[in-house]
Amino acid sequence: MKELKVTAIENGSVIDHIPTDNTFNVIGILKLDRHDDTILIATNLPSKKLGKKGIVKVSGRQLTKDEANKIALVAPDATINIIKDFEIVEKLKASLPKQLVNVSKCFNPNCITNRDSVVPKLCVESARPLRLRCEYCERSMTQKDIQLV
Amino acid sequence: MKGFKGRDIISISDFSKQEILHVLDTAKNFENYRNPSLLKDKMLATLFFEPSTRTRMSFEAAMHFLGGRVIGFSDARLTSISKGESLWDSIRIVEGYSDVIVMRHPFEGSARLAAEAANIPIINGGDGANQHPTQTFLDLFTIYKSKGTIDKLKVGFLGDLKYGRTVHSLARALSLFGAEMYFISPAELRMPSDDIEHLKKEGIVFHEVEDLIGTCPKLDVLYTTRIQKERFPDAADYEKVKGVYRVDNSMLKHVKPELKILHPLPRVDELSPEIDNSPHAVYFEQAANGVPVRAALLALVLGVAE
Ligand SMILES: [Zn+2]
Repeated sequence: MKELKVTAIENGSVIDHIPTDNTFNVIGILKLDRHDDTILIATNLPSKKLGKKGIVKVSGRQLTKDEANKIALVAPDATINIIKDFEIVEKLKASLPKQLVNVSKCFNPNCITNRDSVVPKLCVESARPLRLRCEYCERSMTQKDIQLV
Repeated sequence: MKGFKGRDIISISDFSKQEILHVLDTAKNFENYRNPSLLKDKMLATLFFEPSTRTRMSFEAAMHFLGGRVIGFSDARLTSISKGESLWDSIRIVEGYSDVIVMRHPFEGSARLAAEAANIPIINGGDGANQHPTQTFLDLFTIYKSKGTIDKLKVGFLGDLKYGRTVHSLARALSLFGAEMYFISPAELRMPSDDIEHLKKEGIVFHEVEDLIGTCPKLDVLYTTRIQKERFPDAADYEKVKGVYRVDNSMLKHVKPELKILHPLPRVDELSPEIDNSPHAVYFEQAANGVPVRAALLALVLGVAE
C-alpha cells in the first residue's frame, strides 16, 4: 500500500513526534491560530514510540530554540526540522528550559499572578514527570494543571 | 553565606542552614535589648492588607525598641487598593516613604511580587496560605533557646497538618537540621503530598501517625496547632475531627521530662490551660520571641547588624 503523502513545504518548520492529544496545544503555544501562511496539521498518525502522534508543518516561519523549548511543555519528544528550499537546514530538539515566562498560568486561583496583572513565571523542577513550581506562590504543578496563557 | 543588608525575607526556603543559624544568633543578642539610637532615622512601613494584630504589634515593638519609626495601615479598605491600584504601584509608592516594608496580604505570591517591585527590603508578614517566614524564625528560635540546639531533635507536629502553614514551613526548615519528625493528625488533615515528597527527597526520617499518647514519649519537641473550623467546607467534617487531641496533664504523664511544647496561638481546646505553668510549656515565650527575632531581622536587612 502506498503511504499517505503529506505535502512537503518549501520554507518553514516541521514539528514531529507530538503526542496526538497535544497537537492542538502546540498550535496554541506557537499562537499559530494567528499565522496567515499555510499550516498542515495531522493527528492520529501511527508511531512506534508514542502509539499515535501528531505532526504540524508551518510554512513561512522558522522556529527558534526558545519556541522549541516551549513546545517541550506539551511534547517532550518533539523534533523540529527547519526547512529551506525543501531541504532540512537545521534540526532542533525540544528541551524544557529552567524557567517558563508567560507560557502557562499558575493553577492556584489565589495566586497573585491570577489576581493582579502579573506575568506568570514557572520554574521547571523536573521534565519527566513534569513538575513546575510557581515562582510567586510556590505551589507545585503537574501536566494536568497547565493552562496556556 | 549571602550578606543580609538589603535582603528580602520572603520564604524560609530562601535561607541556608548557616543563614538561619545566623539569624537565631543575632536574635539572641536582641533579647531584652533596648537601643534608641540603633535604628534612629529609619522608617518601617507596615502594609497590612489583611489584619494580623500580633504580627504587626511585634514588628512595631521591635522597631520602637531600636529607636526607629513606623508608618502604615491595617485596613486595606482605607487605601487606594480598594480603588483598583495594583500591588506593584502601591509598593513603588510606599518605598518612597520608608526604608523597609513589612507586608501582610491575602494572596499567595504577593510578597515575592512586592520584592520584585521594591528596591528596599520587603519582609513577608504572611502571604495567603503560602509563607510567614518571621513566624518560622521565631518558632526555630524558641526551639533553639529552650532545647539549647536545633540539631537532630525528635519533633512532633500535632493537629491540622494539612492547612497549617506554620507546620509546613517549620518542617521544611527543620529538615536542614536532621530532625526526625512525627506527624500526628487525623487522616483528613495529613501533611500535603508536596511537603512529604520534599522530606523524602531530603532523606528525612518521618512518621505519619494518628496516636498522640503512643507517640508523645519519643518526642523532644511537640508543635501543637489549632484545627480551624473555617478551613472545612463541610461542618460535619469539622465535627468529626475537632477535639480529637488534647494536650493536658494526663498526656504529660507519658512524656520525657525535657519535652518542650510550642503552639503558634491562639488556641482553642487542644491545649489545656492547666499545663501553662509546667516546665514543658514554652508557647508564651514563643509569642514573646517574636520581638527579638523581628528586631534581629530588621537590624540585619537595614545593615546595622552584621
Ligand atoms: Zn502561583
